[in-house]
Amino acid sequence: MAAPYVSREQVEVYRFSVPVAVGVPLAALLLQSFLPLRLPFMAIFDMPLLVTIYFGVGRRNQLSGLLTGSIIGLLQDSLTHQPIGLYGIAKTVVGYGASSLGVKLDVDNHGSRLLATFGFYLLHQIIYFAVARGLAEQVLYWRWGHQALAAVANAALGVVLYFMLDRLRQKT
Amino acid sequence: MENIISRHRNLTLLALVLFGQILGLAVQVRKGADGGSTRLIRVWAVSAITPFEKAVVYTSRWFSGTWRNYVYLRSVRVQNEKLRDELERMRLEHVRMVQDAGQARRLQTLLAFKEQFISQTMAAQVISTTGSEYSRGVYIDKGSKDGIKADMPVITPDGVVGKVIRVYPSSSLVLQINDPSSGAGVILEKSRLQGILKGSASGETFLANIMADETIEPGERLLTSGGDRVYPKGLAAGTVVRVNPAGTFLNVEVKPAAQLNRLEEVLVITKIVEKAPEVNEQNTPLRAVDILAQRLPSVPPKPEGQSSSAIPAPVHMDPPAKKPAAAAASAGSTTSATGASKPGAEPKPKPAPPPETGGQTTVEPKREKPPTSANSGQMRGAAPSEKNPARAKSAAEQAKPENPAKDTPR
Repeated sequence: MAAPYVSREQVEVYRFSVPVAVGVPLAALLLQSFLPLRLPFMAIFDMPLLVTIYFGVGRRNQLSGLLTGSIIGLLQDSLTHQPIGLYGIAKTVVGYGASSLGVKLDVDNHGSRLLATFGFYLLHQIIYFAVARGLAEQVLYWRWGHQALAAVANAALGVVLYFMLDRLRQKT
Repeated sequence: MENIISRHRNLTLLALVLFGQILGLAVQVRKGADGGSTRLIRVWAVSAITPFEKAVVYTSRWFSGTWRNYVYLRSVRVQNEKLRDELERMRLEHVRMVQDAGQARRLQTLLAFKEQFISQTMAAQVISTTGSEYSRGVYIDKGSKDGIKADMPVITPDGVVGKVIRVYPSSSLVLQINDPSSGAGVILEKSRLQGILKGSASGETFLANIMADETIEPGERLLTSGGDRVYPKGLAAGTVVRVNPAGTFLNVEVKPAAQLNRLEEVLVITKIVEKAPEVNEQNTPLRAVDILAQRLPSVPPKPEGQSSSAIPAPVHMDPPAKKPAAAAASAGSTTSATGASKPGAEPKPKPAPPPETGGQTTVEPKREKPPTSANSGQMRGAAPSEKNPARAKSAAEQAKPENPAKDTPR
């Protein structure tokens, strides 16, 4: 299920209205913090990450991708008790990477999205762990089984979420 | 150089943004998280999110409350019966525990032991989580406007939840005891071993600092020890699930007493009072005879200077012993085994009425002489005149002395 390579002229670039660009990340943060209260298993999902990937890939602009990732990550950090910047750094890199990928590959089909989300989730976790252990001196243990399961779950949710968010985007 | 930067403009910006965040992170780590203050971005983020969460929580609570309180009442009657049974059982247990507590207080007083009492709590609604697997915490709907401060312990009726770690104007972040950065001083209920209850990255709790040569049984309960100066002593913290030796220390897995995954309402302990336990020697177990003595009509106190012989002779079935305060006070105007029956003795001030807690008792009365078995058996439970009227009458006749001021114990 390889993602087809497309030229820069062939890819479609999308833009989002201001309410969507602001409201969707805030809604993702809201759901991320609220849903695990009623459904504890939902803590395995990282909806702000999925939104970061979606906006990055859809806009296909590296600058907006890294800024989107940075802002969403910093806001997510603000809700935790940990130092601000752990999610910020990880999501900045993912936002940049997603927009870079969007420039080169057509990731509008579900298979490509599944693979891309799976990969970006693992990349996000690796960066988070590296920064948390290396800079913030936190004691975290990498568990491959858990991370792989979480990556699959996030990829599956991502496909559904992206399908819904597709209705909110506008072609340029 | 300019060419390289302009050619790789986006990459340069990425490096700059990352550098800025790493620098900020390093400053925070060096200062210790927030350096004691709450950063503005946190206030913004929490202020933007919590109103929506509060709205959702309050709305869902209103609907569920309406449904449960007015519509779905199917099992209420059965549940009510069960609760009544449980209440009866708890009352009996309560009486026994009050006696034990009284004894413990007496011993603590002897040791000049200071105890922490929860004197004030505030109920709060849990409105959200931190949304991160690596930060185990919940937000509550009470903040600095409501008097919440950092480091206040948070509990549920089941046990300890955690402590307030960050306070915002209308909400607060509570760090749960299963977070890796949390810690609570605990003591094992039976073995009295002390340790630190800590959380792990995967959200489990374990007991740290227990040497491998100690013996701990699974199922043993953990209570807060009060040594951490955050949680008051004696709160349920958890139960030992598994014990595995791991080198010098034991690896003790603990199941938290509070259901940390299903928190809805919590109590924030806003005030803890530390004082030595008060043992009121007068606050002795109220016997039926004492209660009757209080409730029955009594003769008004005699005026000073009046001859004590004018007072009818008291009926005494007790050996000479110190009576409980309530009885002594009530008997101060009529009869007393000690001072009140002496001529010209001042009646003792009447203490506060006994708490009506369903036969609640405290410590045993202090007796000067041990009572005879016959007397003690007779005097427990009911007034002598009620229990054995004939005997009481004869006792009254015998007790009519020439000088009524003198007590003549039988």
